[in-house]
Amino acid sequence: MKRQGVARPRRVRVGRAAIGAFVVVIVLIQVMPFYVTLTTALKPKTDLSSRLSLPSGGIHWKNFSLAIADGHILSSIGNSAVVTVATTVIVCVFGALAAYPLARRRTRTNSLVLLGILGLMMIPPLSVLVPLYSLLNQMGGINTYWGVVLVLANMQLPLAIFLYANFIRGLPASIEEAARVDGANLIQVLVHIVFPMLKPVTATVVILTSVATWNEYALSVYLLTDPTKQTIAPAISSFFSVQSSNLGAASAASLLAVLPILVVYLFLQQYFIKGMVAGAEK
Amino acid sequence: MTTTLSTTGRRASTRRRTDRRLGGRRANLLYVPALILFALFTVYPLLKGVELSFTNWNGFSPRSSYVGFDNYLRLLHDANVRKTLANTLIYGVGSTLVQQILGLGLALALDRAMRGRNLARAIIYLPALVSPVVMGTMYYLFFQYNNGVLNDVTGWFGGEKVAWLSSANTALIIVVMVNSLQFVGVSMIIYLAGLQSIPWMYTEAAMLDGADAWQRFRYITLPLLQPAFATSIVLNLIGGLKLFDVIKVLTGGGPGYATNSLSTFISVTYFDAQSAGYASAMGVVLFLLIVVFTIAANTALNRRRMEEM
Repeated sequence: MKRQGVARPRRVRVGRAAIGAFVVVIVLIQVMPFYVTLTTALKPKTDLSSRLSLPSGGIHWKNFSLAIADGHILSSIGNSAVVTVATTVIVCVFGALAAYPLARRRTRTNSLVLLGILGLMMIPPLSVLVPLYSLLNQMGGINTYWGVVLVLANMQLPLAIFLYANFIRGLPASIEEAARVDGANLIQVLVHIVFPMLKPVTATVVILTSVATWNEYALSVYLLTDPTKQTIAPAISSFFSVQSSNLGAASAASLLAVLPILVVYLFLQQYFIKGMVAGAEK
Repeated sequence: MTTTLSTTGRRASTRRRTDRRLGGRRANLLYVPALILFALFTVYPLLKGVELSFTNWNGFSPRSSYVGFDNYLRLLHDANVRKTLANTLIYGVGSTLVQQILGLGLALALDRAMRGRNLARAIIYLPALVSPVVMGTMYYLFFQYNNGVLNDVTGWFGGEKVAWLSSANTALIIVVMVNSLQFVGVSMIIYLAGLQSIPWMYTEAAMLDGADAWQRFRYITLPLLQPAFATSIVLNLIGGLKLFDVIKVLTGGGPGYATNSLSTFISVTYFDAQSAGYASAMGVVLFLLIVVFTIAANTALNRRRMEEM
């Protein structure tokens, strides 16, 4: 595979340099927003130097305290944590349960059910905004955690069911059959045999669901309008529109919103990329 | 003939026995909770939306009446809707194009041995994990008129300030670019996975036969990447056609209605203009648009794959 000891022709070297330059440019473009947001967040409003330059007169922390005090950013992060954990738990439990019969009993009805569930993934949330909002309004679910959690879980479930069903199909059924013959009931089989084997795919489902829920905006912004209930993405956008004259504070708020994901990504990077591939290869 | 029949018969009875052992029909109860959620929060709203699209409901009054196809006729004559529909297609098709070109390019570049390869992949993918709302806020710092990074840089070279986000054309391009760059890492990773699934022996055999780099790319890599193309293109099309968050933050749909997508226009029509019936009709159009594009892209890409095999 390696072509060692062969002097590379000049054309190949130029080609390699061009490829390297292309990658470096894209990497820089992807880093720039974070860098510029950081410099903006660390400068006072009165500092009109270019956002590309680092703060000159010492670091200015006031934007962060402003984001926390006026933007309710910390409480929004807390709200997002509640909504994300609840949604992810429901998606994992309902998803694994639903996937089991769909993977193991491949009758015509169940194939149709699975196909229908996959079809749900195509529905854009805004296309059902009007009836969904008025339904939740009638149910008293506007500005409640359970309302937004059930709606978001319903949006994330199809992909989770699909991933779980694919994974279960790859597991041998013989252990489950043996346990049944020995007198275990279906629930016991699920709890003691099937669920423990689902750990790898659950990692994928947890990553995909929690990132999507943490970042969700299009529906949360209408379902949670009470500032004390707001999740982070709507909170950022309303703080941004209020603070349009003080982008330092908006930048600080953005950085605070990204921080939790950044920290998790730093430690679990490989899982994220594996999960992404698994989620995409439907 | 008889043997085949008896084997299938035996196989069917084995399957039935297995099925009984695994809980039989009662096991189907396990998907009922999920189906209840779907019925309540997706299927019912979808059907209700179709019904509402034939009414003049304003969104809060208990009274409304059926108006037949009036909302759909109004869509045809509404210049803002025409603009919005065109924008939606630009977002969908534009983002898909940019993401395939950059994503495939990056995957090809980062598939080879290179120093810092893993770091580069991790950084390029990072924006995909950030909320589009935050991404929009971050990019606003670049395109703002006063003190925006882009105007500062052109200023250093003696250029005039440009109102990037107040001009419809540049604002449209900016939205496409921001959305594409944010999710280019996803396309890159799909193509990387596709490249890694191509067995080395094909490339090796082609090299032995004297194929040059371009021929190997054209006749081995490209055809074998078809599944990756299908996945990435369908994913990006859906993402671009339903674009909402970035537009809300970066341009708010403006100047005027110039950068609205169907998604943002639906929310404006429902909450600000209080025409719930009309907004529902747009919702139906958006849904159909995505179904048609997804099915068309899937059929086209899968057919090509069959032909090349």
